[in-house]
Amino acid sequence: MTFTYLPIADMIGYSFTDWDGISPEKNNVGLKNYTDLFTRPELFKVFLVSGVYLIAAAVQICLALYFATVLSFNTKCRNLFKGILFFPYLINGVAIGFVFLYFFRPHGTLDSLLALVGIHGDHLWMGDPDLVNKSLAGVSVWRYTGLNLVLFLGAIQSIPPHLYEAAALDGANRWQQFRHIIAPSIKPVISLSAILAVSGSLAVFEIPYIMTGGANGSQTFVIQSINMAFKFDKFGLASASAVVLIILILFVTWIQRRLVPEERVELS
Amino acid sequence: MTADPVTPARRPRAARKIHARSAVAGGAKYLSLVLASGVVLVPLLVILLTALKTRQEALGTGPLDLPGDWFNLENFRIAFTQGKMLPAFLNTAFILLISVTGTVVIGSMTAYAIDRFEFRLKKLVMALFLLASLVPSVTTQVATFQIVDDLGAFNTRWAPILLYLGTDIISIYVFLQFIRSIPVSLDEAARLDGANSFTIYRRIILPMLKPAIATVVIVKGVTVYNDFFIPFLYMPSGDLGTISTSLFRFQGPFGVNWEIISAGTILVILPTLVVFLALQRLIYAGFAAGSSK
Repeated sequence: MTFTYLPIADMIGYSFTDWDGISPEKNNVGLKNYTDLFTRPELFKVFLVSGVYLIAAAVQICLALYFATVLSFNTKCRNLFKGILFFPYLINGVAIGFVFLYFFRPHGTLDSLLALVGIHGDHLWMGDPDLVNKSLAGVSVWRYTGLNLVLFLGAIQSIPPHLYEAAALDGANRWQQFRHIIAPSIKPVISLSAILAVSGSLAVFEIPYIMTGGANGSQTFVIQSINMAFKFDKFGLASASAVVLIILILFVTWIQRRLVPEERVELS
Repeated sequence: MTADPVTPARRPRAARKIHARSAVAGGAKYLSLVLASGVVLVPLLVILLTALKTRQEALGTGPLDLPGDWFNLENFRIAFTQGKMLPAFLNTAFILLISVTGTVVIGSMTAYAIDRFEFRLKKLVMALFLLASLVPSVTTQVATFQIVDDLGAFNTRWAPILLYLGTDIISIYVFLQFIRSIPVSLDEAARLDGANSFTIYRRIILPMLKPAIATVVIVKGVTVYNDFFIPFLYMPSGDLGTISTSLFRFQGPFGVNWEIISAGTILVILPTLVVFLALQRLIYAGFAAGSSK
């Protein structure tokens, strides 16, 4: 509790000041930090970056759904595939950062692989502002799909098997089984993943910070706040932006709860 | 698949067709799985290859070329000694042990208190817990930093420990779920036998929480082992690196020596792989339970 609410309270306090984090005096500047935040375009741009991650999160959920469905029907080497797809989620973030820095390097793994299938030319996967966020979002898909997969798979496996048998007798094909049996029964898990995806995409930090440090337009909201606070000593502004982020996340969650009236379904 | 009307006479052919179709579907299924596995594994394998190369090989050959000597462990040695990986592993182990034990004790006690006792503002506390679990902790670091600093914990191993212990709402939820399933009549029977609340917790609740403890230990353990941000922010001192921050510091001194960075990366991933292979079943169950709360 102490480390969640006290900081939030403090932060709301700081957000109205121009405190630099060190000097004893804090001047009350009213709403200036907030108006700054919404009027300076470069501070606002980070939301566009979040959009890229949001799209990636949608891709990730679809992929996870597909593979969870595929793996829930009898498939050879099922556990092997599940293990392989899940493993990235357990890997240390810094390690992932390095793995993909090497992967995306000019003349690196990705370029070599593309050359194998006949696409030549060097792409600045990390250097080109148009590409960098897509590359980074790709890493995030690589990392988190496994978690969604395991969540969905767990939910799918709790569906009683006789439902499939009945459906098969009625002549339902795989897609119909998915559409009418699987999708409705795992809806709570999907909506939960969606909430996590939204708040996750607003709070992306680790991978871009390790891989680019926020350079070339890959700055996310959190990197920006952290830099504001610890590099440029603008604690007030940083606090204001964190408050905005928290409000946004709570707002999204609230909308979500409204749209999907949730009956608590016990999964385990 | 479209359901075209099938007359009895055509049935065998249709059946064969369906059979062929499902074979194609099956093929596509395995193809997609193999492809996805490839996407997961290739970046990792390339790092392993690079870690086994000598400096010249790493510079001169393409990333997909195989190393000349499969047992060239020199890079690992350099990464382990010069990269300060040993103290990093020790630091991480220390933090991990205390945080995980502490989380289990605090989490289970809190859950026990919340579920079994009535107190004022209980609803409010629950609502606050739920709300807090939605706020990503990265966002509040600006202010948390001040508190940790005021406590004098900055740049000690206690800063991350404090934070790991203090911000764990998910584990309280996991415990709460389990405690709810333990019949209250057990408590009452023990109380009639003269047991006090602590004895009930110690003798009845805790032993029955074993599956929940396994979940919390795994989820928390992986989180702490992999956490980069908290040690990065709160323990900038070079001697206090955890595996994440020590690996992160490879970027400077080893510059473009990818073979050494790769070796360090492999060293960090290896324990995770071993634990994963050993505890696969528990890990899936743990993460499924831990994140759907």
